[in-house]
Amino acid sequence: MAVATAPVGARASGGRRTSTGRGLSTTAVLVVGALYCVLPVTWIVTASTKTAGELFTTFSFAPSFNGGLGENLRDLLAYNDGVFGRWVLNTLLFAGVGTLLTVLISAAAGYALAKFQFLGRELIFKVILAGVLIPPIALAIPQYLLLSKVHMTGSYWSVLLPSLISPFSIYLSRVFAQASVPTEILEAGRIDGAGELRLFWSVGLRLMLPGLVTVFLLQFVAIWNNFMLPYIMITDEKMFPLTVGLFSLLNRGAGQPALYTTVITGALVSVLPLIILFVVLQRYWRLDVLSGGLKG
Amino acid sequence: MRTVESMAAEVGRPEAPVPGVRRTRRRLNAKTAPYVLLAPALALLTAFMLIPIGYSVWLSFRTVKVADGSLLGRRTEQAAGLSNYTTVLTDRVFWEAMGRMVVYGVIVVVIMFGLALTFALLLDHPRTRAAGLWRTSIFIPYAVPGVIASLMWGFIYLPAVSPIVSAFEALGLAPPDFLGSGTVLFSTANIAIWGGTGFNMIILYTALRAIPSEIYEAARIDGCSDLRIAFSIKIPMIAPAMVMTMIFALIAMIQVYNEPTALSTLSHAITSTWMPMMKIYSDAFVLNNTFLAAAESVLLALLTLGVSLGVMRATRRFQGVED
Repeated sequence: MAVATAPVGARASGGRRTSTGRGLSTTAVLVVGALYCVLPVTWIVTASTKTAGELFTTFSFAPSFNGGLGENLRDLLAYNDGVFGRWVLNTLLFAGVGTLLTVLISAAAGYALAKFQFLGRELIFKVILAGVLIPPIALAIPQYLLLSKVHMTGSYWSVLLPSLISPFSIYLSRVFAQASVPTEILEAGRIDGAGELRLFWSVGLRLMLPGLVTVFLLQFVAIWNNFMLPYIMITDEKMFPLTVGLFSLLNRGAGQPALYTTVITGALVSVLPLIILFVVLQRYWRLDVLSGGLKG
Repeated sequence: MRTVESMAAEVGRPEAPVPGVRRTRRRLNAKTAPYVLLAPALALLTAFMLIPIGYSVWLSFRTVKVADGSLLGRRTEQAAGLSNYTTVLTDRVFWEAMGRMVVYGVIVVVIMFGLALTFALLLDHPRTRAAGLWRTSIFIPYAVPGVIASLMWGFIYLPAVSPIVSAFEALGLAPPDFLGSGTVLFSTANIAIWGGTGFNMIILYTALRAIPSEIYEAARIDGCSDLRIAFSIKIPMIAPAMVMTMIFALIAMIQVYNEPTALSTLSHAITSTWMPMMKIYSDAFVLNNTFLAAAESVLLALLTLGVSLGVMRATRRFQGVED
């Protein structure tokens, strides 16, 4: 460190003033970027505090304290006999339960690919790598056609099951298993007589856990973002996830400005918990695997 | 290795009542374990990826003939050869959607990566203040799904409630029309850029943090400016991460669907065949021509494959030169 500070000090003779200036300007650019990213969310926050009338008349970025927020929340929760609450629960089922299961399935597959030598390993791995390049949305229509042949469309399963396969999650789990599960520990476990499934469950999974948080978050967003799958699979409004529900609400409300505040409040209630969750979980992100380890 | 293991098992587990039985069970287990662990993933992969892909390809070579040409005629499925593909490839609407998608994709990828790289380099700059706050703020849109982001931006674009329009009006200027046919492509691109910049920035930033700082110190001693260090050291070193994320972004662009579909509720300029994926949806579910939709899906998948292989090959050559 002492060596590092010396040249900076030495350079100061020529450029201390400009470099301080640059420090401010680098920050300024980031502030502009941060405002661009945060302002739409803040606008949604202030807009949801307004009554339907105020939305069209008052200045956009000024919040209102005339009870608009409470009214909007009541309207939202009362909409179609409280269907919004169902949407929240459905989203928790699809994205929450779905992601947990995906992580478990992917971790088992990644662990097997990383820690065992077996016939077909290379082939399976190549198929999974190819699968990484196929976005889930491209498969939604053939998945629908096939599931309709077995009369499964319209059910929770029709959205849940296709969401459970994520080649990218398997790939990442393999990277994490390679990096964090030492073969020696597994060998020691085998000598102690532990079964392979038990070794995976109580040793492998535990060691991979920090990495699996990242897999969880990435997959959660992937399911949460896959709008087309539930959009085509599910026709019953009570089974919609939030994304499809809010879309249908807007579709109905586009010609009906009185519904605007309900849609805006719905958007806020849908994203705010997730934004908070992401900010809190940020430090558990292990994206170094995405950026550095992707060469395999 | 396995023999050592099983011998060790016998030695290590003297309390096992019948060591022989236990050993055979264990040996079987070690051999079958990877297949057992992979079984759920492979079953799902087969059912929800491989079979749907195969089925799409099959459908793309099929068609339905209506017996006597009337609406009530008996419909029979039959082989179609390449006729679905020729229909698609001579369809002006399909090419318009493809052209729009390419323009949209180039706009989004260029601006998004320009911003993501700029922000990542600035965050990595030692004199930047409160970097954590800006990083978190720019990352926030990642938590907002495309459809909801489009609803939010849709209202910001919508003249009756738009804060931007009211600001223009307050200043006595003519407000821009975000949802008109000339501008809505850019308005849609903005939503994708807004949603994707933070995530790509974080990946590039993580890659930058992994570069050992000794390299910069050496460069500084040699009198390199920050800008020079960014262009000659940092960007080449994070190039692999950038290529990876760019491939994912390009794939997502080819399949763009959520944002324009959500925005179409507020803009008449977005038709039901505005983007290739929207046309596929409308062919499959509105026109009920799953065969044509399948052919279009196969063409999009081939384009996806071509783009990702092309990017990988191009950069491999680039990296070969760098080394």
